[in-house]
Amino acid sequence: MNIKPKVGVVSCSGECCGLGTISRIATRLALEELYDETVTICLPLFLTGETQEHGFAKEHPTIAVDGCGKLCAKKAITKYSKDPVDSVDVEALLKKWGVDPPEDRRVLKGKDLENAKRVAKLLTEKVEKIQGVS
Amino acid sequence: MKKPILILPCSGIGKSFGSIARDATFRVCDELRPGKADTLCLSLLVMGDEEARNRVSSSRCIVIDGCPLACSSNNVERSAGNIVAEFKVMDLLRENRGLKPREVTLLDEDGEKLSKLLADRIAAKVDELTEESD
Repeated sequence: MNIKPKVGVVSCSGECCGLGTISRIATRLALEELYDETVTICLPLFLTGETQEHGFAKEHPTIAVDGCGKLCAKKAITKYSKDPVDSVDVEALLKKWGVDPPEDRRVLKGKDLENAKRVAKLLTEKVEKIQGVS
Repeated sequence: MKKPILILPCSGIGKSFGSIARDATFRVCDELRPGKADTLCLSLLVMGDEEARNRVSSSRCIVIDGCPLACSSNNVERSAGNIVAEFKVMDLLRENRGLKPREVTLLDEDGEKLSKLLADRIAAKVDELTEESD
């Protein structure tokens, strides 16, 4: 039996704008799709120095999902564990896709929710690539 | 215009508590008390961002914790923030045992009800604090 490695996903939940909401929703959607194969960690908890969280990211491949160019998740993983194996910058991604950031940061609807699903698909592909599935 | 009161919610991503805390925060900042209340990224604060630390240390802060690890309270305290009120999603759940939020990604009906209850309490606290300083 081929056992797939567990992959960690540390996402920004940036409260400043809707980009953090997209990061968070996309991470959760990917997690639901890859249930049992991925682990997500609260970024503030990861940052406050819980050794269990830092240890996981040291021992397992981890992906950073950031809402904006400040890249809190990527910097945190690098600082406390090791370089993430991959990362997603939602702000840069939306620019590349030519779509606007969400106006509402509380609830994603319509095209904003579709964009979160698109980010989740990309994230799922990244996890599967790390696991050697795709 | 007076400086808005800062609301800092838990960003927990594994259970619904963080989702409820964030949702309630956005309800207050964007819908119920715009201009009187504002928020900022908890992760940015924990990363030591100077602007975030300055805002927290020079504002009155309301913290909302999702779980007993109390990331929000702890990190605002570490940044020399002036915590004027503290809410715990777990307390709200204990008071409303009939409500059982199950969804994390997109809040379900019970999660929405809890978010509204919490938002109303926070908004009342914002009014109280604003009146005190008038």
